[in-house]
Amino acid sequence: MPSIKKPAVLHPHLRPNEIGLTVRDYEGSMSTLCAGCGHDSITAAIVKAFYELATPPHMIAKLSGIGCSSKTPTYFVGGAHGFNSAHGRMPSIVSGANAANKSLQYIGISGDGDSLSIGLGQLAHVIRRNVNMLYVIENNGVYGLTKGQFSASADVGSKSKKGDANQYSPIDPVMLALNLGATFVARSFSGDKAQLVPLLKAGLSHRGFAIIDVISPCVTFNDHEGSTKSYLYTRKHLMQVVQSDFVPHAEEITADYDAGSATSVTLHDGSVVRFTKVAADYDPRDAKKVSAYLQEHQGKGEVPTGLLYLDEDRADMHEMNKTPDAPLTQIPYEKLCPGSAALNKLLEEYR
Amino acid sequence: MHQERIVRVNDFALKLANVNGTGSASANGLLMQAIFRMGIPVSGKNLFPSNIQGLPTWYEVRVNKSGHTSRALEYDLIIAMNAETYARDVKEVRSGGYLLHDSSWPLDASLARADITFLGVPLAAMCNEIFKSSRERTLMKNIAYLGALVALLDVDMEILDHMLEEKFSRKKPLLESNHRALRAGFDYAKSELECPLPFHLEKMHATDDRVLIDGNTALALGCVYAGATVAAWYPITPATSVMDAFKGFCEEFRKDPETGKNNYCILQAEDELSAIGMVIGANWNGARSFTSTAGPGISLMSELIGLAYYAEIPAVIIDVQRTGPSTGMPTRTQQADILSCAYASHGDTKHILLFPSSPEECFYFAVDAFDLAERFQTPVLLLSDLDIGMNDWVISRLKWDDRYRPNRGRVLTAAELEAMPKFHRYSPENSDQVAARTLPGVHAKGAFFTRGSGHNKLGVYTEIPDEYQEVMDRLARKHKAAASAVPAPIIRNQPDASFGIISLGGCDAAVREAVDALAERGIIADYMRVRGFPFDDRVEAFLAAHERIFVVEQNRDAQLRTLLTMETSVKKEKLRPILVYGGFPLSSRHVIDGVTSQLGHLEG
Repeated sequence: MPSIKKPAVLHPHLRPNEIGLTVRDYEGSMSTLCAGCGHDSITAAIVKAFYELATPPHMIAKLSGIGCSSKTPTYFVGGAHGFNSAHGRMPSIVSGANAANKSLQYIGISGDGDSLSIGLGQLAHVIRRNVNMLYVIENNGVYGLTKGQFSASADVGSKSKKGDANQYSPIDPVMLALNLGATFVARSFSGDKAQLVPLLKAGLSHRGFAIIDVISPCVTFNDHEGSTKSYLYTRKHLMQVVQSDFVPHAEEITADYDAGSATSVTLHDGSVVRFTKVAADYDPRDAKKVSAYLQEHQGKGEVPTGLLYLDEDRADMHEMNKTPDAPLTQIPYEKLCPGSAALNKLLEEYR
Repeated sequence: MHQERIVRVNDFALKLANVNGTGSASANGLLMQAIFRMGIPVSGKNLFPSNIQGLPTWYEVRVNKSGHTSRALEYDLIIAMNAETYARDVKEVRSGGYLLHDSSWPLDASLARADITFLGVPLAAMCNEIFKSSRERTLMKNIAYLGALVALLDVDMEILDHMLEEKFSRKKPLLESNHRALRAGFDYAKSELECPLPFHLEKMHATDDRVLIDGNTALALGCVYAGATVAAWYPITPATSVMDAFKGFCEEFRKDPETGKNNYCILQAEDELSAIGMVIGANWNGARSFTSTAGPGISLMSELIGLAYYAEIPAVIIDVQRTGPSTGMPTRTQQADILSCAYASHGDTKHILLFPSSPEECFYFAVDAFDLAERFQTPVLLLSDLDIGMNDWVISRLKWDDRYRPNRGRVLTAAELEAMPKFHRYSPENSDQVAARTLPGVHAKGAFFTRGSGHNKLGVYTEIPDEYQEVMDRLARKHKAAASAVPAPIIRNQPDASFGIISLGGCDAAVREAVDALAERGIIADYMRVRGFPFDDRVEAFLAAHERIFVVEQNRDAQLRTLLTMETSVKKEKLRPILVYGGFPLSSRHVIDGVTSQLGHLEG
């Protein structure tokens, strides 16, 4: 991706995290996206999330496909291992990478074009495999790099910049993920950093597949009247159904919420997701109810956000495949090769 | 009726005509294995339809004491068990040969041939008498004809009995049924027919140190010994059994005895697009990872094969070729993916190819494929085919050198990275034109951005023509450098040779036999079998040393010939194709006829 280096001037008051890195250490190159692009806000939230989680940058694998969204891994955590692959193919590359080395923190950045059209099959199956990763869809309803075609997430009747109305029903990544059994499903808005950062942190800490659909307006091709993925439309219809806090494992958990208004879920790594202000009829651990709730509200044109569904118990890809605790890449060859004696014995079966 | 006077020992061919799905494969396999255990060189070619049951299927067994076991086109004995193909099968018996049929029903007089002997055995009637269930009556007809063949051909009954014991040791009732059927066929033949036939078997010791194995199993074993830990695939005939075998071997050899955990991960992908993506992801992270597929899978994988080529990520892709194009004939063999694999993907791409000729080379080349992929940081495509992959071949016992350690190529360790001022991907290159790579998570200094988009020699995004070309030129040099690393061609020069023959892969057995047969007629040929691409100097030298060269391969468009003309300095006119591409394995007859007819034409 084209990139411009950021000046390396450090503010004297930048606070180091617990591994001694400042937020600047989690930044990448200067963005070349349009000024005001929602994706850049998401990038900023990712930077903050990794900084706050104090993840060693070289233990992060950031992968993407093709598209505006897929450029963004260049713009965060410069010290991470990046992989900008082919259109719609990021999920399979993460699956293989994860199979080989489970010790890395995997984040995949994709867009609505990359994930819901060319890559829909791969998205569906990375969900089924429950690959331990955070999958972020930067969803703007439009193809920006090719100048304004509708994507598969564009709503019926939504207008293009030229004024054409979209006729095809949208694919909603949240409903898709729920129906396919994703174990962590969230939606957010690029303009709501306060909500997005804890969601990203929770998604990264979740063991298994975490998906966050982030409405991320395209200022150049989809921020006009008639668009349902514009800043104005999203702000007007945004509806935070679940407010969730993320408390990392290391921090003390204080219970200062009224009984009945908060639910805490402890994740695999010991950190806790605390749901507060959950709508009365909403249970984020009951997929059927979540699905019915979302259908009802989305039908009214509302955009429910928050950590919508969580299942922290399901086995991930490694557990299903009974792989060892250490990454496969660290198993010495001597343990992998059965040797000549075993071969000679085996060949007796082929006599 | 004509009876051959000369008795031939361990030199004949049989064809068994069956109905797909009736259990004949088991009986036919037993026959072949019994001959093998008698120490006699033998081959079995399964010519089967892409169908669950009901369609005609054939199994050919060729016995040859000199070790020539490519496909025969003439049959001394046909076992005609399929009414639908009866007319065709009767025609294929060589003059003076025999046809064994089920005499439970009268023979159609119109099919009679005076120059062959009909051997009637009332198989259905016998089995109906012995067995109660209809399923058993159908299945055991196959074992009953096997019993007759034991008598007719002098198969060692003791060996066969022993094999049945091994096979059904845990299924006593089945063992009993098999024994009864076998004995019934044997006894009938002994009492009613002239046994043995004038061509028959006698024990020898030519296979004592050999094994009977199919190419896909050997390939899978090679992947285990190479240390592959991640395999990703999508089911496709004829490559599926590679992964089935890999899974079996992993379960046997790769379970940690202490924890019970699997030191491997096999992922069945949703399609080939995903399978190759997984392989690339796993190799990027440093696991030896591979996929197995067939031609249609290569088509789907091509996009990401290009990514791996340009981003310089190792990947091992096994292509068990079948008939194409499109979905073709999934259960028939060809060598028609040579060009699509050599240049797989868009843009300027060139890949390392390996061409094994037998299960033996499948095993060794699988290991080579991983070493080459990591040494050159690039995809390696191993081109087997259905004939090698799914038929059992008699090969030398596989050997393993316990001193072997994988060639991981230029991978920087944490200590090496620590000592470096700065790491740049894609620079500087070594004599192989390969730059050092790093594996994610090893060291903070090793982090870089892998990208399929334009990058310069430092791994940084670029669209500057000179910088882009510099990388592309190095990739071309890197491909050339692999020429001396791929398995060398095998060349057999003979004094007074007047022309050359070039071939590859599974054609080898037929070509070698043809070269010997031609020599007996005074037509002397040099022979070179290419085993890898890019081609090395020895290939060039062979091309330069011969005025006239026949290129034998199993595809319509002479793909190996095209690759030779594009990638060497040979003049196109020099290379004369001999092409067989109907979907059945090659016979020496194809080569002999191809050479003699063209020589006649050229000289006449």
